[in-house]
Amino acid sequence: MIGAQVLIECLKREGVEVIFGYPGGQVLPIFDKLYDADIRFILTRHEQGAAHAADGYSRATGKVGVCLATSGPGATNLTTGIANAYMDSIPMVAITGQVKTFLIGNDAFQEADVTGITRPITKHNFLVKDVKDLARIVREAFFIASTGRPGPVLIDIPSDVQQQDTEFIWPEEVKIRGYNPTYFGHPGQIKKAAKLISQSKKPIIYAGGGIITSGASHELKELAEKIQAPVAMTLMGLGGFPGTHELSLGMLGMHGTAYANHAIMEADLIIAVGARFDDRVTGRLDAFAPHAKIIHIDIDPASISKNVKVDVPIVGDAKNILGQLLQEIKKAPDTSDWLKTVETWKKKHPLAYKDGGKVKPQYVIEQIYEATKGEAIITTEVGQNQMWACQWYKYDHPRTFLSSGGLGTMGFGFPAAMGAKVGYPQAQVFDIAGDGSIQMNIQELATCVCNKINVKVAILNNGYLGMVRQWQELFYKKRYSYTFLYNPDFVKLAESYGAVGIRVTKKEEVRPAIEKALSIDNTVFIDFHIEPEENVYPMVPAGEAIDRMIDGLA
Amino acid sequence: MRHTISVLVENKFGVLARIAGLFSARGYNIASLAVSETLDPAMSYMTIVVEAQDEKILEQIKKQLNKLIDVITVTDFTKKEHVDSEVILVKINYSAKDKVKLESIVNNYVAKLIQHKGNTAIIEMVGGGERIKQLLEALSHFGIKELIRTGKIAMA
Repeated sequence: MIGAQVLIECLKREGVEVIFGYPGGQVLPIFDKLYDADIRFILTRHEQGAAHAADGYSRATGKVGVCLATSGPGATNLTTGIANAYMDSIPMVAITGQVKTFLIGNDAFQEADVTGITRPITKHNFLVKDVKDLARIVREAFFIASTGRPGPVLIDIPSDVQQQDTEFIWPEEVKIRGYNPTYFGHPGQIKKAAKLISQSKKPIIYAGGGIITSGASHELKELAEKIQAPVAMTLMGLGGFPGTHELSLGMLGMHGTAYANHAIMEADLIIAVGARFDDRVTGRLDAFAPHAKIIHIDIDPASISKNVKVDVPIVGDAKNILGQLLQEIKKAPDTSDWLKTVETWKKKHPLAYKDGGKVKPQYVIEQIYEATKGEAIITTEVGQNQMWACQWYKYDHPRTFLSSGGLGTMGFGFPAAMGAKVGYPQAQVFDIAGDGSIQMNIQELATCVCNKINVKVAILNNGYLGMVRQWQELFYKKRYSYTFLYNPDFVKLAESYGAVGIRVTKKEEVRPAIEKALSIDNTVFIDFHIEPEENVYPMVPAGEAIDRMIDGLA
Repeated sequence: MRHTISVLVENKFGVLARIAGLFSARGYNIASLAVSETLDPAMSYMTIVVEAQDEKILEQIKKQLNKLIDVITVTDFTKKEHVDSEVILVKINYSAKDKVKLESIVNNYVAKLIQHKGNTAIIEMVGGGERIKQLLEALSHFGIKELIRTGKIAMA
């Protein structure tokens, strides 16, 4: 069996159903074997689209996403998508072709040092120099990508290795002596945490993407209800706890809800689960949660005490540890006064916007929420569209909000929606986009149409790079330096690809357009012409404490 | 403050780049680095002397090293009883009239005069940090032209 066939055989055994990718000179042997393989291959129109699609597929399904590209430019085009998956701990295997082994280092045509380039943006990577190692490497790659704190793993395969003959041996077991993630919390630490929880008066749960990765939503809900603690989520954590639950505070941080930010600042105990105290969450670090003791549950020991000092660190898998905690907590704290205070904040500072004549982006998202009954998979681009999608859609289920958290990649949402739709063909998948972001991977319209991957794209079109413009308005004296956009006609553009375009310029057209898009069995772009200078509020200016919010409504 | 850390790694190509890349990407400073195969050729041993302002950064360095798949174990010698040593080569200005003086220094510090050419000499010494410091001080009045150190290796 030649290397290319070994690869396909391994992918099948790993349960891979779909690969997103793009062919090229140094992956010809693999593509030749793919031609006959019963693995679905989706040809994207750019390798970045393939990487984000694999990422979106993984976020929606929990399975390992797979993308494939050729050497040199094919591989470098994947890198943004790989870095994106790395920052958000998304399990992904990226396979790249490489020039023949004897040409490596020769500056050969379409050669790039891909393992070198991707070293800091992968959990691990491999250059396969001998076909005999290929099966083991593929097995290890999937194992590493999907266990512990997940992440992308890259396998670089020279084209001569793809053609070499070998005996196919499937390694049943994976043993990597330097890699032993901890899955269960230390019993002593669990006891300490349980004691702190029982003694607390103003506890808050700060839930991150780790809840979703480990499938701990059920345990989280049980814990929150048992100890009657409000739950604030990070962007990555949205959907990990039901957004409509009375204990939900929605998202916290820079554009979080005022009540989430007040609550974490006033809390006497923070139970952080699968979150990493990112600067967008903590604001000014030395002013963050001054009264709180902190329990930090995370599978990655390096995330603990990286940014804030933690009182009770617990390393392990969130689902297991929350289960252990639930057993250990004998006495629930009395939080009734605390919940009353939180309730007053909720009443006093609700999420709000001034409704006016023009189409308001917040209104658009509320209408998408209602029209989809909160059951759609929402992806976002990055910027204002993303923040409004966090604020105005309520996510009740894990894996229904897919957004580029750590890296903040414009151009993520559309191909990610495509990947999610491939993973869940029966779901309605909506990309909430901006007019800037959507143009960063707009070529994937062809992929959607050709493969009948019917996603809906809501373009919140304000004619600006809105979030940058907002900062320029607030902090750079309205000097709108290169943030005004000249845009194509998105309706005609969608139509030229064989998709459907709808333009919305009036408030009363919003809901009918959404309903229409949902009823059409095709990819639909809805071009919402929104209030051009609408801002995202509340907002914590960079470097401020997170309860120093501006709301823009006064 | 300087800390000596040893890292047992898989002896695979690229592993040094992974370690070095980790340090540069996260802004940590390496003061010295010594690498070689162990008795088991499948593993390499790296002794790294790192510059860390505080305990928190040292902790992060150790945790980040441990996260690398090719890292098998990380040992911090900061609070651990250990011996350490390195090899240095020092080139000094030297003329025949200094012979007695130099010989006495060399004997005193268990160093070796390994080359004498024209008006320079090269001294080699194997030893710990304090002895090296003292030797360099003693040699300083000859005029040190060049100094090369292997970097520290340590063993508990």
